[in-house]
Amino acid sequence: MNRPLSEKSWQYRQLNAQTPGLDALSDALLELVRSGEPVVAGTADLQYSNGLAKFARGCPERFVQFGISEQNMVSAAAGMAAVGLKPYVATFASFLALLCCEQIRMDVAYSALPVRLIGHHAGISLGFYGTSHHATEDLAIARSIAGLTVVAPADGAQLASVIAASANYAEPIYIRTQRGRDPVVYEAGKPFVFGKAIKHLDGKDLVIIACGSTVHPALQAAKALNAKGHSVGLLDMATVKPIDSEAILEAATNARMVLTVEEHNVLGGLGGAVAEVIAGEGLPVKLRRHGIHDEYSLIAPPTHLYAHYKLDSAGIEEIAAGLLA
Amino acid sequence: MLGKQKNRTPNSSPPAGRAEFAPNEVELAMLKEKALFSRLEAIRLIEIAKVGHYTSAFSAAELFASLYYGVMRLKPGEPNWAERDRFMMGKGHAAVGLFPILADLGFFPTEILDGYTRLGNPLGDHPDMRKVPGIDFSSGSIGHALSAGCGMALAGRILGKDFHTFVMIGDGELQEGQVWEAALFGAHNRLNRLIGIIDRNGYQLDGAVDDIITVEPIVDKWRSFGWETHVVDGHDVGAVTTLLRSLKADTARDRPVMVVAETVKGKGVSYMETEPGWHLGYLDPVDAERAIAEIKAMEIRG
Repeated sequence: MNRPLSEKSWQYRQLNAQTPGLDALSDALLELVRSGEPVVAGTADLQYSNGLAKFARGCPERFVQFGISEQNMVSAAAGMAAVGLKPYVATFASFLALLCCEQIRMDVAYSALPVRLIGHHAGISLGFYGTSHHATEDLAIARSIAGLTVVAPADGAQLASVIAASANYAEPIYIRTQRGRDPVVYEAGKPFVFGKAIKHLDGKDLVIIACGSTVHPALQAAKALNAKGHSVGLLDMATVKPIDSEAILEAATNARMVLTVEEHNVLGGLGGAVAEVIAGEGLPVKLRRHGIHDEYSLIAPPTHLYAHYKLDSAGIEEIAAGLLA
Repeated sequence: MLGKQKNRTPNSSPPAGRAEFAPNEVELAMLKEKALFSRLEAIRLIEIAKVGHYTSAFSAAELFASLYYGVMRLKPGEPNWAERDRFMMGKGHAAVGLFPILADLGFFPTEILDGYTRLGNPLGDHPDMRKVPGIDFSSGSIGHALSAGCGMALAGRILGKDFHTFVMIGDGELQEGQVWEAALFGAHNRLNRLIGIIDRNGYQLDGAVDDIITVEPIVDKWRSFGWETHVVDGHDVGAVTTLLRSLKADTARDRPVMVVAETVKGKGVSYMETEPGWHLGYLDPVDAERAIAEIKAMEIRG
């Protein structure tokens, strides 16, 4: 007997079929290849986790398998970019931003090469795989590297828009994504503009600023609060760097309070970036930074963790309601 | 992924440089003179900075001269020429010996050298591809260059170009783990236009490489990783040139190459050759004069 007994059994290689959202990255990259872009995609033994297996099938001559050699992958991507290719390399955000931080700074950012670094399974989305696989520092690290643009798309459609827009973007980019299971926020084909926040709701009492995985639950929370008579706005700060200061100023001028929500340490990430703008402008607005409060996450299934850390819609609503009370 | 080719016999020892690629007497004299020039200019530039990597540059002087005046396909007037051969070095701290060569070839005006390391000058202790025409990749953090070279060689293949990528690494650099990630990757992808050169000068900052963390047996390591491996006297600029030209011309090769260049740290200055502490230092003009005299006498010693 060499076959599982139940149809419900599954193996890692079938993850794509289990998670259609994982196709977004490959589909967007294959589209770039079709349009004649000198794109190459690479990964470090994680083609089923980030869905690049589909790209590898569709365009094997442009796929580079690096094996478990993340640092080599980042430096080699820089080398490829120096010769005229547009490399997109993907691995877990924990390994990409932390293990390869210096390769990113020296070979990619300092050298100003158009490498696209895709840190997937960011934040605590790897749940019970534990701290080695969590990345609650990557935004802070990436944000502090000069010359590196940092984006955190909220869902597959926005990721696809980021990839499409990146084709003609000269700077290196760190792209922070989740597990490919994001609830839908955006419709497909919406053009992405780097450095421009996306306003979902205006708010007079409170504006929530979110990015990546927290956009959808924050939107749900804002809507729920508005249904109860509050005026809560929502900004998707999909580009964490360069941050859209104007959008923050507008929100902080119109509302009494700002709440940042991120699946990241509250130090140095989205909350830190927003705080820098607000303090720099001397705006008389109350700011609350919500996220992981300078600690290592517990282990649990991701949805359980989001509930525990109040990063799901109910939790965000509770935090916001506390501010509004 | 990329097309696999059939294996050559593993660990075969292909012939070293072919006689037809040996430089003639005139060219050989020129190459020797350029290596001396690199050393003399390194002393001059370090006098401006008041500190520098004399010995790291001296061990690589013949390698620089051979590559830039005898081996690489270049257009100094067009530093970003897509078809050029590429060179980068993990031991970026030897750049003080390379900058004068780039200026001499016309990549940038020689006056730039006079402001070496001064505020706003593009030339620092380590090479910066965004500031210095002729520098193909920035370095300074030991261990990245072979990976970047792998990327360049692979990109060349994907883009259908036939340039060669030369990567000089230090022997101490072999202690960096990333080098061995690149060693696996280069061999696996059969990057046959990637030519590594180890400047095997035997020393690193804290002492002798093989006292600190030995990297021997170097040749066996690279062979066993699947690289065609050669050993050459890194100060015999004729032998180096003959070998590197032969390697460029070998279109039948199906794997990357690692050339172990046996060198002497501080080559050319007696008190540096015997005292490895000169990895980083400064020569008072009195001692600089003595070093210059010794280097000039190298030509006579041969």
